[in-house]
Amino acid sequence: MLTTFRDLFRYNIEFRIGVVLVSLIVIFSCLSFFSPYVPEQIYTVIPDQPPSLEHWFGTNSRGQDLFWNLTFAFRNTLVFGLIVAVLSRIISIVVGMTAGYLSGWVDRGLMFVNDIFVALPIFPILILFYFVLRNDLDTYTLALIMACLGWPFDARLIRSVGLGLRHREFTRQAIFAGMSPAKIMFEEHLPYVMPIIFSTAMANMIWSIGFEVTLGVLGFTNLNVPTIGTTLYWANNHSAMVVGTWWWVIIPVILIILTFIGLFLLAVSMNEHIDPRSRLRRMGGGNG
Amino acid sequence: MSALLHVDGVSKYFAMGGLLSRTQTAAVRDANFRLEQGTPEIFTIVGESGSGKTTLARMILGLETPTEGEIRYKGNPISGLSFGAARRAFMTDVQPVFQNPFEAFNPLKRVDRYIESTAKVFRGITARADLDAAMDEALASVGLSLAEVRGRYPHELSGGQLQRAAIARALVCKPKVLIADEPVSMVDASLRMAIVNLLRTLRDDLGVSVIYITHDLATAYYISDRIMIMQKGRVVEMGAARQVLDDPQHPYSRLLKASVLSVTDAGQGNLEPARDLMEASRTALEHADASRLVEQGEGRLVRMAG
Amino acid sequence: MQVERDEIYGIAGESSSGKTSFIKVLAAAIRPPLRVVGGSVEYNFAGQRIDSTKASEAEIKAIRWRHLSYIMQGSMSVLNPVRRIEKTFGDFARSPLGLDCRAFRERIEEHLDHLKLPKSVLRAYPHELSGGMRQRVTIGLATVCRPEFMIADEPTTALDVVVQKDVLSLLRNVQKEMGASIVFVTHDMSVHANIADRIGIIYAGRLVEEGPTRTLFTEPKHPYTAHLVASLPVIGDTRPRPSLEGRPPSLADPPQGCRFHPRCPLAIDRCKREVPPLETVGTRHRSACWRAQEVEPLVRPEATVAGAGA
Repeated sequence: MLTTFRDLFRYNIEFRIGVVLVSLIVIFSCLSFFSPYVPEQIYTVIPDQPPSLEHWFGTNSRGQDLFWNLTFAFRNTLVFGLIVAVLSRIISIVVGMTAGYLSGWVDRGLMFVNDIFVALPIFPILILFYFVLRNDLDTYTLALIMACLGWPFDARLIRSVGLGLRHREFTRQAIFAGMSPAKIMFEEHLPYVMPIIFSTAMANMIWSIGFEVTLGVLGFTNLNVPTIGTTLYWANNHSAMVVGTWWWVIIPVILIILTFIGLFLLAVSMNEHIDPRSRLRRMGGGNG
Repeated sequence: MSALLHVDGVSKYFAMGGLLSRTQTAAVRDANFRLEQGTPEIFTIVGESGSGKTTLARMILGLETPTEGEIRYKGNPISGLSFGAARRAFMTDVQPVFQNPFEAFNPLKRVDRYIESTAKVFRGITARADLDAAMDEALASVGLSLAEVRGRYPHELSGGQLQRAAIARALVCKPKVLIADEPVSMVDASLRMAIVNLLRTLRDDLGVSVIYITHDLATAYYISDRIMIMQKGRVVEMGAARQVLDDPQHPYSRLLKASVLSVTDAGQGNLEPARDLMEASRTALEHADASRLVEQGEGRLVRMAG
Repeated sequence: MQVERDEIYGIAGESSSGKTSFIKVLAAAIRPPLRVVGGSVEYNFAGQRIDSTKASEAEIKAIRWRHLSYIMQGSMSVLNPVRRIEKTFGDFARSPLGLDCRAFRERIEEHLDHLKLPKSVLRAYPHELSGGMRQRVTIGLATVCRPEFMIADEPTTALDVVVQKDVLSLLRNVQKEMGASIVFVTHDMSVHANIADRIGIIYAGRLVEEGPTRTLFTEPKHPYTAHLVASLPVIGDTRPRPSLEGRPPSLADPPQGCRFHPRCPLAIDRCKREVPPLETVGTRHRSACWRAQEVEPLVRPEATVAGAGA
């Protein structure tokens, strides 16, 4: 695992840029722990100040310091993305590995459910949840809902790997060594699935954060919690671009784009690393 | 004498093709043989690809269910034992050795893990010291030691060592029957005879019966007691190995023997294919439906017309 | 090492003994991360000399297929599965031959006829043919330009015994008739015994013995060859066969001196320090062993002990 990351870091420029970008965003969001302001409070500073030495990112029309407010927003958004990624990975691993290894009617049953989830129209469902839950729809609840919707594509991918592994001779060796199906799945086969899990986790985070922003901008979420989505919602609500408080829109947009690029580069470079041929080509080129 | 393993009229059909054009292909047709208790032997199944030898092996291991007929181990049918204590007991007695030693171990896991798991599950050993002793004993019987294998990953061992480790893995649970499907075809020439000789030692010293599946008549002649030759799922000839191979009766067996590249007249470029035997074995295959195995004395069976 | 005109030179070696890298050098198909460290490969095609380690891309292209062709192991990976055999012939041989459509087609049909392949294979897709048939088509593909030099990499390893003999005999006949040279690579000594004129044995990246086939099988002068030859069982002969202990060394970290010494029953101190040179030990027979004269066949050929064996 560590050597994989070392190789990636050494030979893959995309991976390096991705790591730098994502680390910057993570550090930025961690600054929220040292914030002098409470994120929910409004009119704590003079509103509508442009970026200055005192307020690096300026202040918004609600009287909040944008720099510190955005640290909270990014923390919440990243935590949200991470929860969705982890939970949906767990579901997709369990479903994918079980379907792939046991195959037969278990596979058919699970893939039937899987295909239903693939076909679900996610956006209307999320809006429906908002109308039912209203302000109870906090970051964690939304993460849980998104996790339940975000696994089927990756489960299918993991299943296909599992199906291939099932017919390898070492799987039969493991069966005749008396290992239980669970042991074979999670000890013998899981290492082969790990690279896929990492790279899809990044893609999944982009997907879920994208949804969070969309819902936030449209106002279908708890607006008192600072996230990227709600930041943009309030900016829009106060007609930031019309009034001339451009920093309120431009800065979060730039930051979220950097986050997306960082995650995307990580996903792409890991994906390339999964295929040994493209990996060797790169490492051979890197050697000279 | 009672049968240890009895393959009784076993056939296996596979459905091929799509939804509309489904056809049945017979991988194995009416195979019969038995291994006796108390007399360990090397029973060789010879055939080319598509002869059904691997399907037969998979059925004996219980990985495939016969379409017709039954395989009995110590009198009990083995089909339907997909899990539970009975299946475990069967797996303790009948163990496989696979073809490709480089594929037989998970490249990401240590080799001793499999040997240890086998000892734990099938012999119920739990204490660390007992486990080590059992593993070392099995490894010693194949010419390795626990010190050589412990903590090693598959890529750190040679093909010959891996194949021996795989055999040791099977031996840990003290099986009665070992099913070796082409165990030497992927092993390098200089290491191959070590494995073949090892199979013979297992029979003589440990009393393990070996079902040796191969396409190589020369090693078959070298180690086996009895031999069964299969052509496209049908048994065409069966009997004592030396007797059958010294004087094969069925055209297909004769063709196989004629096709073995001889090393005794090395350098003479003797490559003329046996066209007449090819023709004869093709004819025999066409008329196979109307043929049956005829007893020739001393347990020898030859497929003949009529 | 030299390959004469009109002969089949067999190269035998175990997996990872370096034979694949070696034929890549021969075929001028070296790509990074592989690099040729030293030495040269000289071809003498129709009077012009070419060094495949130094030749430019264009020069190699000019000789490829016309003078130098290959027969590969997996016929399925050479023949494009979605193209008819006819088209594949076109892809490979059309430009080297420089014929127009009609003449090219006639040439191919004539050639296939020669190989006793039915014309219908041209219209077929690779998966419609049997393994032996496919391998015959690849041989046809490699020989259609009547090259002077061919490299055959394990061409029959994936085939069944009956078909194997058939394909080998075809290859032998084509070679004899065209007077081409073939470098034939396989690990299967019994194949070498029947097809090669001379054999070179590679162990851990070095040529350890080279000589006429018959001589190598009856009077090997390198302990490794002696073991290889002795470990082949023969029908009608059940004498115990010796096996060789140990494992082939890693090429990344080969042992000092003679690379075979850790497994060699004849090893002496000198073997551990000095690399034995490839020296002549008989007619066209060279061996790289300090004790070449003391090497004895491990199992006498059947003929000399008839009656005593079996």
